[in-house]
Amino acid sequence: MTLIEGKDLTLGYEGQAIITSLSFTVAEGDYLCIVGENGSGKSTFVKTVLSLVEPLGGTIEYKGGLRKNEIGYLPQSSGIQRDFPSSVMEVVLSGCLNRHRKLFGYTREEKERAGENLERLGMDRYAHASFQELSGGQQQRVLLSRALMATEKLIFLDEPASSLDPATSSELYALLRLLNSSGITIMMVTHDIHPALNDARTILHLSHGRYFFGTKERYFESDLGRAFLKEAGHDH
Amino acid sequence: MIIEILSYPFLVRALLVGLFVSLSASLLGVSLVLRRFSMIGDGLSHVGFGALGISALLSLQPMAVTIPVVVLSAFVLLRLSERSKGGDSSIALISSSALALGVVAVSVAGVNTDLNAFLFGSILSVSRTDGIIAAVISILTLFSYLAFYHRIYAVTFDPSFAKATGINTSLYTALLSLLTALTIVVGMRILGSLLISSLIIFPAAVAMKLRKTYLSVSVTAALEAVSAFLLGFFVSYGLSLPTGASIVIIHMVFYLLSSLWKSCQTRFRGHRGD
Repeated sequence: MTLIEGKDLTLGYEGQAIITSLSFTVAEGDYLCIVGENGSGKSTFVKTVLSLVEPLGGTIEYKGGLRKNEIGYLPQSSGIQRDFPSSVMEVVLSGCLNRHRKLFGYTREEKERAGENLERLGMDRYAHASFQELSGGQQQRVLLSRALMATEKLIFLDEPASSLDPATSSELYALLRLLNSSGITIMMVTHDIHPALNDARTILHLSHGRYFFGTKERYFESDLGRAFLKEAGHDH
Repeated sequence: MIIEILSYPFLVRALLVGLFVSLSASLLGVSLVLRRFSMIGDGLSHVGFGALGISALLSLQPMAVTIPVVVLSAFVLLRLSERSKGGDSSIALISSSALALGVVAVSVAGVNTDLNAFLFGSILSVSRTDGIIAAVISILTLFSYLAFYHRIYAVTFDPSFAKATGINTSLYTALLSLLTALTIVVGMRILGSLLISSLIIFPAAVAMKLRKTYLSVSVTAALEAVSAFLLGFFVSYGLSLPTGASIVIIHMVFYLLSSLWKSCQTRFRGHRGD
């Protein structure tokens, strides 16, 4: 089943097109990695999928019961203040506000779900800890729990490993693999070739003026794919 | 002394208005300080002073001029500081221009306008109407703050996530600026336009030294605001000092104490960690 379908999209901002005639689909259970050089339009792509900016042309549709506000988003780490006073539970609960209808406080069901999502990512011990005192990897897990509060279908990560050391990044990728095998669709913008090599099923490579969209196998046979491997030192 | 104060209706009125304003300013302050918007309080109070001066010059009802002008400026200032990196310089430009306009307007209006009261407040001259307006606005602020507490938290903590999950972040930013503007207009009667921003910034700054979760920071800020106000009010009455300035000095003492507490705590932890 298709969850997101973009047709003949023109993406850009302030009227300036960066990508033209881009078409892609995200199927349920997919693991899509979005790669590309700086300035190739990755962040505009993220904003468009999240409906934060309108495409300059073409259409983007949410299907299969996915509403456009139901994407669990994990923003780039630079967006969050590291010294913000907040407990882990407060962070996770804020993820369900897209479905929250009650004034004054959260329901018991929402609190239980927050506990479950923390447990799923091995962070339940830290529910009442201070978010600012956690390590980078732990903070990412908390933010992933928050993303799970917003959705059970699709998680969209923007450079989740950019501030993590290699060991912590591998742990994060293992968690994502686990979530993906439990049926959650993963979309991830990444500079890191390893998740693209190991876990991804589909690749979207944005390059200046052109793009590749297709399965991982076909990608590594394409020109863009071979060039990407070569740059990352995997050309043997 | 407390019984003596409670026997004067104008003192009771001043006490109540001050408590309401301190409480709402402290809660709004947590969000404003965390979003790096603390300068807006300062800018708005100067705009408020300018509006007061002009209303004195034109002999208009002060609140009728100040409220719309300050609310409008709140939206403009928030926009400016959200959009560009030069936001802080535009705030400084706007606030000093407003201050200059106010001073000129007051001097043209003549000697019967009390510049001192505009700048440093005159809590004891709060009239019945002022009192009612202040109470209504503060209750409105407290209610909206509590009702939208979780959404304001989400928008403050991580605006991009909030936006992506469909929270109308600009609506809540607008609500925040509206409430801030109203609180500042009301608070200017008490602390004057030069000191009012301390009611917004000090409680949040103290609470963030002491606490680490959003809820406890909000509660601590509210408690700090109320105790500093009461203490400052009684001290100023007992020692015949200016009320607004006394309240700010108590805030300052609380801030110094909390900084001291925090540095002791970090040092103690550092030793334990060795």
